[in-house]
Amino acid sequence: MTVRRNPIPAISPSEITPERAYLRRREVLKLLGLGVSGFVAGCGSESAPSATPLSETATPEGKQLAVARKGEYVTDEKQTSYKDVTHYNNYYEFGTDKGDPARTSGRFKPLPWSVEVAGHAEVTGRFTLEDLLKPHALEERIYRHRCVEGWSMVIPWDGISLADLIKRFKPTSRAKFVAFTTVSRPSEMPGLAYPVLDWPYREGLRIDEATHPLALLATGLYGRELPNQNGAPLRLVVPWKYGFKSTKAIVKIEFVETQPRTSWNDAASNEYGFYSNVNPAVDHPRWSQRTERRIAGEGFNLLGNRIQTRPFNGYADQVASLYSGMDLRKYF
Amino acid sequence: MMKLFRDRIAASKPLVFALCLMPLGWLAWDVVHDSLGTDPVAQLEHRTGIWALRLLLGTLAITPLRRVTGWHGAIRYRRMLGLFVFFYASVHLAIYTVVDLGGFWSQLIEEIAKRPYITVGFSAWLLLLPLVLTSTKGMMRRLGRRWQKLHRLVYAIAVLALLHFLWLVKADHREPLAYMGLFAFLMLWRIPWPALRERVGARIQARPALAKARISPGTAAPYTRQ
Repeated sequence: MTVRRNPIPAISPSEITPERAYLRRREVLKLLGLGVSGFVAGCGSESAPSATPLSETATPEGKQLAVARKGEYVTDEKQTSYKDVTHYNNYYEFGTDKGDPARTSGRFKPLPWSVEVAGHAEVTGRFTLEDLLKPHALEERIYRHRCVEGWSMVIPWDGISLADLIKRFKPTSRAKFVAFTTVSRPSEMPGLAYPVLDWPYREGLRIDEATHPLALLATGLYGRELPNQNGAPLRLVVPWKYGFKSTKAIVKIEFVETQPRTSWNDAASNEYGFYSNVNPAVDHPRWSQRTERRIAGEGFNLLGNRIQTRPFNGYADQVASLYSGMDLRKYF
Repeated sequence: MMKLFRDRIAASKPLVFALCLMPLGWLAWDVVHDSLGTDPVAQLEHRTGIWALRLLLGTLAITPLRRVTGWHGAIRYRRMLGLFVFFYASVHLAIYTVVDLGGFWSQLIEEIAKRPYITVGFSAWLLLLPLVLTSTKGMMRRLGRRWQKLHRLVYAIAVLALLHFLWLVKADHREPLAYMGLFAFLMLWRIPWPALRERVGARIQARPALAKARISPGTAAPYTRQ
């Protein structure tokens, strides 16, 4: 059993699988069947050895994941502690203070989870989290994470290649962009009560960005299931872009022909472009992006946290070619 | 000693001084105990900045306080509060310059020139300087009426400080707007009532009973702006 319709009550017409996709279901089953690797997210036994040594200050809560392999994408930079990664981040659905997500996300119940896949693809419909992940082996990738506000972290994520997942849906030639939507549950997400952004949170990537090998769909960090505050159960990690491009708690993936609307661009289009690639040469209209404050210190470390910001957050060798010929000042 | 005892305001000044130092003490405690959270530099900046702003609004609250309570002794705390505004603003600036920009000091001039929120914040600090330098009794005497004019700069400083706060916030403007609301409230008390009386004079004159009630000797008493 691989792709399975999740029994979800009150399915709206827009959620019904197109006939074409339905007729191709056997093909899909075959395709997915070939990909099963035996490692299933969220099913790792508690006694499994830790894939990653946790930082001293870590207070991990999530279930341990069975991480198949260390990815080839690593960095030897000092990692941000588990506690800092999970207690200092932006997730406005839980409040606008960077301590809010850890504080107010306790009521959020991510499981069971399903994702609607729609738009210009041969395979669309609603898929359970298990079915989405089943054919893929989880891998660990240690990425730099640069927030548009000017701070950064180094985070060991666990997840699957977004490109590998997208391949299974067989996007058509009309799929020029991929739009992602974050879950919106006012009763479980107190931040939604205040319209600081136009909810639900929407983000998007160009199809070649989404299928770039660096783009990761994460289900965990530090070898543990994602905590609620970091985007459980499924989030995007696009390390060469500012953090807000990495959509959390994804409920919808849509293949679209034109550049999708995105929440921060809607809120302030002069400050947050669609691309939002990390770029020290293009300042935020209100502050500099030349340098960043790296949050990776343990203990008292006030001086010397500021470092130079690198083009594409240090991933220029891998991704700069995606933008060749583009004026990055215009398409910021 | 007896005199000090009778002058309760003078006697309470060391206490107010100590109270004003408490935010710094609390911050120092957190620094020593490494309890400033994940981004200590941001915390240091935010807390010193917010206390400079709170104390600034405190100095602006003295006049309304006198109006409402009739307690004119309150003004004797104002200089100390004002000097603490400068103190916290200076610590704030120093943390930004030395700690936050650490190693990238050449960026300072560029930041001041290019970032509106830093431009206004730095301007607010600069404008505090003449007020600090003329805060002594001698300077007050020497400047006479001009002293009061000069010290009206505090309104400009408050506006700049509030803009500084508003512009650095990414999207959730509730907190700076709350401080702006408080500032607006404190400014309402400074509306010169005689001028207002002229403006709404026609309306009041049309209702003599109301006019009588409003224009009592008490409200026409001289007031100090600020």
